[in-house]
Amino acid sequence: MSTPDPTIHQHAAPTGFIRKHVFSLDHKVIGRQYYDLALVAVFLGLLLSWLMRIHLGWMNAPIPLLGKLFPSGAPGNVMTPDLYLSLMTMHATIMVFFVLTTAPFAAFGNYVLPIQVGAEDMAFPHFNMMSFWVTFLAFLVLISSFFVGDGPPLAGWTSYAPLSSVGAVAGPGQGTGQTLWAVSIAIFCIGQLLGSLNFITTTLDLRTKGMSLARLPLSTWAWFVTSVIGLLAFAVLLPACVLLILDRTAGTSFFGPTGLVVNDTVLPYSGGSPLLWQHLFWFFGHPEVYIAILPGFGIISTVLPAFARKRLLGHQVMIGCMVSIGFLSYMVWGHHMFVSGMNPFSALMFSVPTLIITIPATIAVLMWLGTVYGARMRYTTASLFCLGFISVFITGGLSGFFLAQPSLDTYLHATYFVVAHFHFVMAIAAMFGIFAGTHFWFPKMYGRMMNETLGKWHFWLTFLGVYCVFMPMHYLGLAGNVRRYAAFTDNYLVPLIPLHKFITMAALFVGATQFIFFFNFFWSRFRGPKAPDNPWDATTLEWSTTSPPPFDNFGGRHLVVHHGPELYGVEGAANDYVMQVSPEQVDAR
Amino acid sequence: MSTTSTPQVRVPNEIKPAGLHAGTTNLREEIRISAFPRTETTLPAETGVWVAVAAISMCFAALISALIVREGIAADWVHFGVPRIMYVNTFILLVSSISLEAARNSFSKAQEFERQNPAAGEKALDRARLWLLSTVALGALFVVGQVMAWRDLVAKGLFLASSPSSSFFYLLTAAHGLHLLGGIAGLGYAFWRIRRDPGSQETGVLSVAGVYWHFMDGLWAFLFIILVARM
Repeated sequence: MSTPDPTIHQHAAPTGFIRKHVFSLDHKVIGRQYYDLALVAVFLGLLLSWLMRIHLGWMNAPIPLLGKLFPSGAPGNVMTPDLYLSLMTMHATIMVFFVLTTAPFAAFGNYVLPIQVGAEDMAFPHFNMMSFWVTFLAFLVLISSFFVGDGPPLAGWTSYAPLSSVGAVAGPGQGTGQTLWAVSIAIFCIGQLLGSLNFITTTLDLRTKGMSLARLPLSTWAWFVTSVIGLLAFAVLLPACVLLILDRTAGTSFFGPTGLVVNDTVLPYSGGSPLLWQHLFWFFGHPEVYIAILPGFGIISTVLPAFARKRLLGHQVMIGCMVSIGFLSYMVWGHHMFVSGMNPFSALMFSVPTLIITIPATIAVLMWLGTVYGARMRYTTASLFCLGFISVFITGGLSGFFLAQPSLDTYLHATYFVVAHFHFVMAIAAMFGIFAGTHFWFPKMYGRMMNETLGKWHFWLTFLGVYCVFMPMHYLGLAGNVRRYAAFTDNYLVPLIPLHKFITMAALFVGATQFIFFFNFFWSRFRGPKAPDNPWDATTLEWSTTSPPPFDNFGGRHLVVHHGPELYGVEGAANDYVMQVSPEQVDAR
Repeated sequence: MSTTSTPQVRVPNEIKPAGLHAGTTNLREEIRISAFPRTETTLPAETGVWVAVAAISMCFAALISALIVREGIAADWVHFGVPRIMYVNTFILLVSSISLEAARNSFSKAQEFERQNPAAGEKALDRARLWLLSTVALGALFVVGQVMAWRDLVAKGLFLASSPSSSFFYLLTAAHGLHLLGGIAGLGYAFWRIRRDPGSQETGVLSVAGVYWHFMDGLWAFLFIILVARM
């Protein structure tokens, strides 16, 4: 070489407020920005869910201020069915995209992954900064649908055609609101693609000396697998949203069938297929739910051994589980479409891989249980959330076995049984993963400790509360309670209303409990006790640096990794653990 | 691993005290040694471009499968035949890939000559830049040709919403064209980088731009076959 090569990923230390805190190239700042976005989104999503639950418990009751917020949707403060469906759509869209894809993957992954592999930053810091601001833009576009004349869309987060593709003729929310939804999600896809590009390249190229793929912490493996899944899945959602926007605005007929009549209007579509939207959407949609849960797998697999003081049972098995879940997730999308009129033989072709995918998931659960078995557990908030994750993931996973079978799904599809299933695995399990990660990495991210007492109260009240909210929904579903209904006036549904009232009260209780977390989080950021470098005696690379880390993560040091991340409970070591960068020789691998 | 400016570097297996490896002169060398275990000069972008290729491929795979499904489900598919100029455009794009490879060839020759024969090195660098500019020009010509193909269709009365076949035609060619414009920008950046210095990083930059460009070419070849067969 004739000139010293500028280190490709290195950028100068930032100066100025804007460069340091707003348009920052530092993955740590970007990770915190994503986390803050997820916090705002989860609060908004919770608020929407409370409104929904209040309505379901007391269907004709006026809800104070609702008429002021939604004049056309709630005349006299009583929620109309249209408004209910809009709230449901926005609740799900915000939660799935801006909380469950953003927090476990974009927020924690951005913050922790470069440090865990021993790099100074992500591979493409400018793309990283872009990915956050693009995601933020997508959020703003989505929220703007609340303020347009027609209101937010009501076609569900799944946005099925033709309801989503015909435009304003379909009624409130389906005009500008639905178009804004499609534009927002398309923008979101671009942000996620940029993020996945960074995660994959950083994991493959920027590992420090000694950090082989086998020595990567499982959280990094999980983010890596998630980013591969996300890359391929969001790359399919983007053209799907483009086709939807064209059907809505350009008069094309991708999804609009011939002779469709909506609200007494014959629409000019010809030849399109609503099923085409379902296939495109669910080809993305199923990998999406694994994008939501796999970082949780990684977080649990990293956090649990630190508090069990025992190596994870089956480190390499866990890697295999995550990779195989990622691979299989692309083969099962049709299980969302069992009642769409497909050939029963195709249903079998989807049902079998769906049942097969339960195998690596079950193995993962058994690995975690095997880690905890015989361990002298340190019960901190982080470890409690890990144990809670295992519990709710088992519960949610078990209902999946039933839904995986077309014969049963024919009955259970679009009932509260499905609602229970996905809330257990996504709303609770993935959220518990986020909470575990928050409590574990908060000291590193903010340099202070969160309050353990508040954390434990938060955990126990939430854990009991969410079981009260979502467990009865299995019963509701079996009893035939259809989902996405704003009112239960049919004879067979009326007797279920008292159970809905119970669920509502439990949901409001759980909602109130989350304020313990919000308070703990914000108070500790400013007033928490200062955190040491390694408060949990953990082995991975982020604990080899200060809390919070300096600008270039390691203060100019270039760590050499000598061990895998699993050396907890080691005999003959100076402590009961050996850090990855420690040159200490141990017999263990 | 060794670098030309720090021949004494030995990459040790034990932890060094905080600070530089023995013999390295600056932080950049230091980081490169520890952070790039593969080779000293592999750019992250050389991995990243393949990731981008995967994502863009999935995007077009989704569109093409939508095309195939849509053609099969209704009888309203109008077969209009691709405009003739697109055969010329395809040829132009294929030639551009050849000129890109000529540019890369000249560039690696320039690097070889740099040490022993600076004059020849300069000439090779000039040739590389010329071939690169030709690639950019051919790419731009392709885009112009695509616009002419669109005008051809408009003259026949085929617009975006006229028929599902024309919808996919416009969509696929527009999507490809937009990505190609990005590729032209990448080639322009590579041209700017190699204007003076045939360093090893510049090889990486050219390689990245090249992979993307060849992918655009290959993608177009595939799309063209689909369009000829289905339109």
